[in-house]
Amino acid sequence: MTNVGIVIVSHSPKVAEGAADMVRQMVGNEVTLAWTGGNPDGGLGTNVPAIIAAIDRAWTAAGVVVLVDLGGAETNSEMAIEMLPEKKRARVVVCNAPIVEGAVIAATEASGGANLAAVRRAAEELSPL
Amino acid sequence: MRVDRELNRRLIVATAETVIRHADELSELDRAIGDGDHGLNMKRGFEAVLADLDGLASKPLPDLLKAVGTHLVMKVGGASGPLYGTLFLALGKELPSEPTVDDATRAFRTAVGAVKARGKSDVGQKTMLDVLVPLVVALENGGRELLARLKETASVAAAQTVPMKALRGRASFLGERSIGHLDPGARSASLMVAAICDALGAAR
Repeated sequence: MTNVGIVIVSHSPKVAEGAADMVRQMVGNEVTLAWTGGNPDGGLGTNVPAIIAAIDRAWTAAGVVVLVDLGGAETNSEMAIEMLPEKKRARVVVCNAPIVEGAVIAATEASGGANLAAVRRAAEELSPL
Repeated sequence: MRVDRELNRRLIVATAETVIRHADELSELDRAIGDGDHGLNMKRGFEAVLADLDGLASKPLPDLLKAVGTHLVMKVGGASGPLYGTLFLALGKELPSEPTVDDATRAFRTAVGAVKARGKSDVGQKTMLDVLVPLVVALENGGRELLARLKETASVAAAQTVPMKALRGRASFLGERSIGHLDPGARSASLMVAAICDALGAAR
């Protein structure tokens, strides 16, 4: 797989899984996709080791975009990216975009073979300035 | 400052036990203006720290601090994990094994800068930085009875978050309604500072 991969990080595993279902419906298996949600005890929150694992599952040579919901998901995702091996780190980006819409549009863009910057831009165009 | 395994142990236990003992209070503060999990999250992180007490206490100070930071990053599960984790990781990177006050001041200034970058925030936004930044100033001013003054600075600075409007974090969603509440991150920061200052004072 050479298309950009998608990671969905929500405080809620149900939101993350549901958003992933919507992505799959749109793009099938044309992009690698992983989701994670919940704190290390399974409650609402986010979890750095689980985010690192999700990035690894979605990893492709074209890179990975990460869609997040609220503050802690963003901070923990940025921390997780910093903890990746240096060669991967530069090819993983967090999108400033709404999690569900951003994931679907990013995946649609990725499924057409767009590069990392283009996939991110497509998602971020959804954000109010 | 002479750092040995016994002092390491006392610093870790004092900090962790203070956070764990105040977990309900921190969550209560967070329920008022956030998602109500700050105490539980911090407790999870510091329980992981305590579980590794023997391993941590036997490390040189820089490695100890980095290991504490990593535990917090991996276990807390909220934004406070990477924020406090970054603080401890940066302190571990910046401090020598037996720091002077000047070393501590320089390291703490750099580490607080790393927290600002991690949180994309600064002083005045009703966050832990409203305690951490005044501590940098107090360290830079130095002088007598420094530990007592650091503790006092942290406590006063935390209380000063009450009239602030939150501009960062979940509390910022409340806008004006965040005014009148003590910030839970400022409170946890001041609790940790008090515990560390007390333990260092008792060790003299």
